[in-house]
Amino acid sequence: MSTVRTTYREALGAGLRAALLRDPRVFLMGEDVGRYGGTYAVSKGLLEEFGEERVRDTPLSESAFVGAGIGAALNGMRPIVEVMTVNFSLLALDQVVNNAATLRHMSGGQINVPVVIRMTTGGGRQLAAQHSHSLEVWYAHVPGLRAVAPATLDDARGMLLTAIDDPDPVLIFEHALLLPMEGELDADAAPVDIDHAAVRRAGSDISLITYSGSLYKCLAAAEQLEPEGVRAEVLDLRTLRPLDVDAILATVRKTRRAVVVDESWKTCGLAAEIMATIMEGAFYDLDAPLARVCTAEVPLPYPKHLEDAALPQVERIVAAARKVMGRD
Amino acid sequence: MTPTRDDARALLWQMVRIRRFEEKCAELYSAGKIRGFMHLYIGEEAIAAGAMPQLDASDSVLATYREHGQALVRGLPAGPVMAEMYGKREGCSGGRGGSMHIFDATRRFFGGNAIVAGALPMAVGFGLAEKMRKTDRITACFFGEGAVAEGEFHESANLAALWRLPVLFLCENNLYAMGTAIERSESDTDLCEKARSYRMRAESVDGMDVLAVRDATRDAVAYVRSGAGPMFVEFRTYRFRAHSMFDPELYRSKAEVEAWKKRCPVETFFAAMRKQGLLNDADRAAIETEVAAEIDAAVAFAEAGTWEPVEQLTSNVYARTRPAAGVTQ
Repeated sequence: MSTVRTTYREALGAGLRAALLRDPRVFLMGEDVGRYGGTYAVSKGLLEEFGEERVRDTPLSESAFVGAGIGAALNGMRPIVEVMTVNFSLLALDQVVNNAATLRHMSGGQINVPVVIRMTTGGGRQLAAQHSHSLEVWYAHVPGLRAVAPATLDDARGMLLTAIDDPDPVLIFEHALLLPMEGELDADAAPVDIDHAAVRRAGSDISLITYSGSLYKCLAAAEQLEPEGVRAEVLDLRTLRPLDVDAILATVRKTRRAVVVDESWKTCGLAAEIMATIMEGAFYDLDAPLARVCTAEVPLPYPKHLEDAALPQVERIVAAARKVMGRD
Repeated sequence: MTPTRDDARALLWQMVRIRRFEEKCAELYSAGKIRGFMHLYIGEEAIAAGAMPQLDASDSVLATYREHGQALVRGLPAGPVMAEMYGKREGCSGGRGGSMHIFDATRRFFGGNAIVAGALPMAVGFGLAEKMRKTDRITACFFGEGAVAEGEFHESANLAALWRLPVLFLCENNLYAMGTAIERSESDTDLCEKARSYRMRAESVDGMDVLAVRDATRDAVAYVRSGAGPMFVEFRTYRFRAHSMFDPELYRSKAEVEAWKKRCPVETFFAAMRKQGLLNDADRAAIETEVAAEIDAAVAFAEAGTWEPVEQLTSNVYARTRPAAGVTQ
């Protein structure tokens, strides 16, 4: 199978283009998706190819255009709504949580909301405390929503295509630091499942459970642990709601130890949910207490040295793993 | 415009239906048959009765938590609406929504939304879908004047006007957002002025006069359907009952309520039609009898309804079946 050299950014764009090509009900809507080419240049070229009707610039009205995406989905379209970042998506939280997530249920299953809402997430670019937070867990909390986080090129392209076919609202969290990441992607890359976690590196001694941008930090940590005789398995959650509980329990039963790495804050974060899931399902398989590496309990600061200190880093993951292994 | 005798009878029948249905709801609430929040429309019947019939079956309707009247006039049978208030499986939303969340997808009645202004952005999306498909269907969104204080009203009005979408914004101005009088919450109480500031056509109508409501809505529907863009209609009205069943009404005087009750849309319309010789006491009595029978049947339907088994608690959260990855629907 032939592959192409591409980036995460281009893979996201290729997913959008494929979605627009294959279904006339699909359209892209959001701030600066058209003429500007996308805040992160993900939708560059799509306006020229598909026109203003289907690549639709909106005013800075998150609540209205996310709500309009929900309404259009209810009325037979397949909208893809882009919100600039998860931080700004809070302005549309009402529409997502009170409408998109509830309407199937409140209507007794008469209607459903096949909308896709994409946004960037994550810190690490010195953008301070209103552009850097990882708030995906806010959405992962809510029944009725699906939340996915592509970390690979395959997922960047393929998750969107599966999400657009889903009968229910799907939120896609794209890590801004991954946008320039390069790699090889199958030329005929296909839709991918959005239900299962994936083991990105097999190991036998400890599980590093993570998602999105932290995946690569965990893979680097696993590399560092290898010469010490610690073979770490790295599980990429891929889907944040519903969680792939079977995969989480399977890796822990295999390695009997785990560190959960999550770029959101520790308190009430996704890592806490995963640890609780392990305690409920695999407590007697554990050889050591679980650990987690999360963002420090502080709004992300601007200076690089402080931001680096706040976010999960390879050294902190390695240190946490050593401690769980009893080697600190 | 003077109605025909049949029109007059139909308008009176719808208003009496809503009035009696809700009086029964209040009674059933006191009896503990209906629970949760329940917001009565009594006093505002002329709006649903006059406006709703101007829409086509293929148009879409979005409403608020004070939507029993809209639902009935839209054609939802009273039985399933009452069963929904009971929380029974036979309710029009399967019992999961209750009084505030009446849905009927087959009649394109997309709810009862209990977030003030929460349906407005969705109405914009409904209109966008119609415009993109180049249909002549319109979307009507009912909301109270309290919604005008929400950012979602302004964002939605701007977007609908900017994109010239076929959305009809129907504002039921009953002067109080729960207990807050409009002059205590709006720097400018001229709501049409706000709509016009988005370059949207706007008109204010006496919401206690069913014929005025009918005529204004008919014109507004024609305007929006023509593709000229969205329109805002304000119906000046008043709710005779408390905001919800928990409201002690400390914020308004009895004298004010009594003054508005003299303008009761049901009685003033009947009196006018009687005077004009279009309807008589026998017509009124026949309507009351028909409506009473319909409501008795609705209550019996709700009473005979069943409770959803607890085993189904988590149903209708997600689709039961989904396409496999890569299989386009």
